[in-house]
Amino acid sequence: MSISAVAPGFTDSVHDAQRVFRAVLGALARPGRIARLDATLVPPPPLHSTAAAILLALADFETTVWLDDGLSDDSEVAEFLRFHTGARLASSWREADFALVTVPERMPALATFAQGTPEYPDRSTTIVIQVEAMTNAGWEFFGPGIPDRVQFSAAPLPLDFQRQLAENRARFPRGVDLIFATAADIAALPRSARIVERA
Amino acid sequence: MSDAAVYNFAYLDEQTKRMIRRALLKAVAIPGYQVPFASREMPMPYGWGTGGVQVTAAVLGADDTLKVIDQGADDTTNAVSIRKFFERTAGVATTTHTSDATVIQTRHRIPETPLREGQILVYQVPIPEPLRFLEPRETETRRQHALEDYGLMHVKLYEDIARHGHIATTYAYPVKVDGRYLMDPSPTPKFDNPKMDMCPALQLFGAGREKRIYALPPYTRVVSLDFEDHPFEPTKFDRGCALCGAEGIYLDEVVTDDCGGRMFVCSDTDFCESRRTPPRAAAPGLNEVPR
Ligand SMILES: [Zn+2]
Repeated sequence: MSISAVAPGFTDSVHDAQRVFRAVLGALARPGRIARLDATLVPPPPLHSTAAAILLALADFETTVWLDDGLSDDSEVAEFLRFHTGARLASSWREADFALVTVPERMPALATFAQGTPEYPDRSTTIVIQVEAMTNAGWEFFGPGIPDRVQFSAAPLPLDFQRQLAENRARFPRGVDLIFATAADIAALPRSARIVERA
Repeated sequence: MSDAAVYNFAYLDEQTKRMIRRALLKAVAIPGYQVPFASREMPMPYGWGTGGVQVTAAVLGADDTLKVIDQGADDTTNAVSIRKFFERTAGVATTTHTSDATVIQTRHRIPETPLREGQILVYQVPIPEPLRFLEPRETETRRQHALEDYGLMHVKLYEDIARHGHIATTYAYPVKVDGRYLMDPSPTPKFDNPKMDMCPALQLFGAGREKRIYALPPYTRVVSLDFEDHPFEPTKFDRGCALCGAEGIYLDEVVTDDCGGRMFVCSDTDFCESRRTPPRAAAPGLNEVPR
């Protein structure tokens, strides 16, 4: 593929990246809160402009990105991310700094991504999950960043995701941090979020 | 050519900002845990808070309004030069009013005016590791944090009680974050510790020389270490501010003349001044209370 065929990235790389970073920072600081992220990007399908903006703001040649089965390594999306970030594509999700999931129903188990170590729990994967919908209903969470409790759920996700979220929290301070992205909004569930167990 | 065109926005290059931003996101996801980062040389000495400056530079956007305080004051050399640094390199609006600021960089104090949602408080931190003066080896303190083994700190505080009858630590008083990590609140007076607990603002900590970043998300439980028979007691002042009369806030002792005259005044200069001046932008008459 020629460079001219790659879709353009941020129109203002400095200020767009800052704005997107602040949106992600705000999302991780307030788990479960759904916020609009206006990204002017037009990335190649099936990538949403929101998920694309997050990776363009955070990934670079110092990081690795794993693409899920919905995105092969020679896809337009792979070329787009390589061109705009310089990030190396990871062959396995198990060691990646970032993972981009576009088919969440079939995503690998959270426990199989990089979890960090007890001494360095930050050496873990940040997972960007493209979903069709998010809502402030369903699962209930409490913990840092949540004044009382917050309800949040997204779809589609693996059937056993509630159990996976509880297990992710149980591994704290090891674990993975999740950033959800619909076509227009983002929300996050950092590993610190505790899910209320219900039958 | 203007300075803004010469420098990168907020001085740091984009690659460095991304690296710091990634560290900040981990810090928020693991409250109280010290994330290593590749601290850069800044055009100011380490004692001037290069860690806080780097965090502010990574966070700041063109729409932000920045306030910088040093020991509560907006007008010290340190605060003024950091504020000017960001005016010059980022062209951001600056303020001395706590309530008008979106980002506040601080050394040694938390403003008296309660912080609100959406604000970010950035601390300049000299020594991020609360266990460092008890255990010099980084590998060992890492292990203690991993195992949540904070016995050394409890022993130290208990020795304080045995020697002084109370816990003598008044600055950098250690806290437990969300029931997990032991954290140094930076050399703020313990008077400010309760303000950290369930604070609606996001609190970010940057240590430049020690290359560490840590964070408290909004609404996070922050508990000062204590013992059942010796509960934590924030510093109390037995008088009010000599200038504005405020009580229950942190006071500094200042020398007023050559003859050894002294008085106690608010450490937070913006708080003190706003109490002594009429409300800004109030329509005449509307705020006046009939006597
Ligand atoms: Zn006063």
